[in-house]
Amino acid sequence: MLERTGIPTDDDLEKIIPGKKRLARGPVVIIECFQKIPCDPCAISCKFGAIKPFKDINDLPQVDFTKCTGCGICISSCPGLAIFVIDMNYSEGKALIKLPYEMLPLPEKGEVVYALDRAGGKLGKAKVAKVLKIKNKTNIISLEVPKSMAMKVRSIKVEDKNNER
Amino acid sequence: MTDIAIIGGGPAGLSAAIYAASLGAKVTLVDDGLELGGQLIKQTHKFFGSEKQFAGIRGIEIAKKMIQDIKEYDNLEVIANATVTGYYEDEVITIVQGVNGDILKKLKAKRIIVATGASENILPFVNNDLPGVYAAGAVQTLMNLYGVVPGNNILMVGAGNIGLIVSYQLLQAGIKVEAIVEALPRIGGYLVHASKIRRLGVPIYTSHTLKEAYGTDCVEKAVISEINQNFEFIPGTEKELEVDTICLAVGLSPLSDLLWQAGCQMKYVPELCGHVALRDDNMKTTKDKIYIAGDVAGIEEASSAMLEGQIAGLNAAISLGYKCDNYQEQDRKLKEELKELRDNPLSEEIRRGVEKALIKEGWD
Amino acid sequence: MRIKKHPILEFNQKEKIKFTLDGKELEGYKGEPIASALIAAGIKVLSRSIKYKRPRGFFCAIGKCSACLMKVNGVPNIRTCVTKLEEGMKVEIQKGKGDFN
Repeated sequence: MLERTGIPTDDDLEKIIPGKKRLARGPVVIIECFQKIPCDPCAISCKFGAIKPFKDINDLPQVDFTKCTGCGICISSCPGLAIFVIDMNYSEGKALIKLPYEMLPLPEKGEVVYALDRAGGKLGKAKVAKVLKIKNKTNIISLEVPKSMAMKVRSIKVEDKNNER
Repeated sequence: MTDIAIIGGGPAGLSAAIYAASLGAKVTLVDDGLELGGQLIKQTHKFFGSEKQFAGIRGIEIAKKMIQDIKEYDNLEVIANATVTGYYEDEVITIVQGVNGDILKKLKAKRIIVATGASENILPFVNNDLPGVYAAGAVQTLMNLYGVVPGNNILMVGAGNIGLIVSYQLLQAGIKVEAIVEALPRIGGYLVHASKIRRLGVPIYTSHTLKEAYGTDCVEKAVISEINQNFEFIPGTEKELEVDTICLAVGLSPLSDLLWQAGCQMKYVPELCGHVALRDDNMKTTKDKIYIAGDVAGIEEASSAMLEGQIAGLNAAISLGYKCDNYQEQDRKLKEELKELRDNPLSEEIRRGVEKALIKEGWD
Repeated sequence: MRIKKHPILEFNQKEKIKFTLDGKELEGYKGEPIASALIAAGIKVLSRSIKYKRPRGFFCAIGKCSACLMKVNGVPNIRTCVTKLEEGMKVEIQKGKGDFN
């Protein structure tokens, strides 16, 4: 149960994940925000109106998946780091996940890192396709993962080669 | 002589000072920290709340902006690293300054806004006085203000917003968080904070608490235990953790000494985490010249503290005859925004608490 | 120990200065609290309880809890968490309630 563990259950996720057809069409946002809290930056960040405007600041985000382009601008706007973009159409066997990352060291493009699940467990290794540095310091990592892992991978662990920590 | 003395330079006090000064009032802000900004200057996370206020901006950036704004007013004076020790009927506050506390100043103020914030609670457990047991705010001060590593292996006690946020900040500083324990059967803070820590591999044990700490001259080990719904230890569930630091995030209590001393009518309101002064919706206490804002008025988020500060600053200045274009509308807007911030299931207790502490119209 | 690199923060401490703890020379940054420099230098015990001499360390960091009271430049009961470090400061672990000798 989410409020005991901090990990959303399959039931929780079912409510927010777009349908198979939409997923197959390419990049789309997944917002893992399940609790009414006073917070609205995601809705304001979306230039396509895909995250519906809030009537009340405590609203849960509601996504119109037909409008979402998967641009990912909302990812670093979210104070809760709860927004991801999944592209199931990335390549033959791989999906691409864009995820927010505020830790050090920052991986480099092409680097192979550990892909972690929602409990921080290592699912395997994955290649970093892109590192987008954002001015507000919530950087966006694009990660190539097997399609079967696209709904499981939510974080990364980077080897500290230069002993930064 | 000043129009409004504001006591405490955290989010509430800074907001009050800026608002009152912008209306032309002569403002004196007194703060006892080494730096202005209270807890705000340690908050590396992006704030929740409304885009209209500061949502999505990191606490440290909000503090920087407000401290910059303060410098723009000639009618706003800051007395830093100084403690207000008393309020007297003839509108005088006494201020103690200096490393040894050997400078005493008096300041006459027509209104005071008390924004003294809160102090952290301690938890009873065996050896809770060992070095290495820190309050969460102290851990933040060390690592986020001064870049000092508070310890290598941390046990966090409390999964409210402070416990969750400080755990995340520890990870950002490259420090290992062994676990988070929470006595309640559920996580008290925002679940998005909890999820982002879990993703980085930190376990959260709900219905667990810290039983004992061990060590000769500092913490070397902690024993946690599961507890039942009556908060009693369940024998046989103890776990030993190799930690050198225990961080306590077990709640805050309003720092209301000055309000007691000044003779404001106080009330114990558990939902607001302690004794608070009764206030009207302008944040004015039962004493006509004393206003409150922020955690001293009830423990809440910094976003609501800033709004309370603005409400208190606006209304204190208006009460002295300063003019504000469309006062009614400004006042209504601020109160509306504050209401919105509290209009969610997590804030139910706060709403109940505020109701208990509110002086209604026609109150005698 | 100090944080080497941080994803969000930059620490603009520039001026390294020297001070002593019970006669032993240590280094810290100008303007940080005395207690923070001590912890960075690996010192965890800042005082002893008056009756049972139990070790006490940094706790509240806002000058309220009294666990970090030390003798500084001969003056006892200085709250080292809210007192800035200065060049050449003589910091001592005080005995009991402290004295001016």
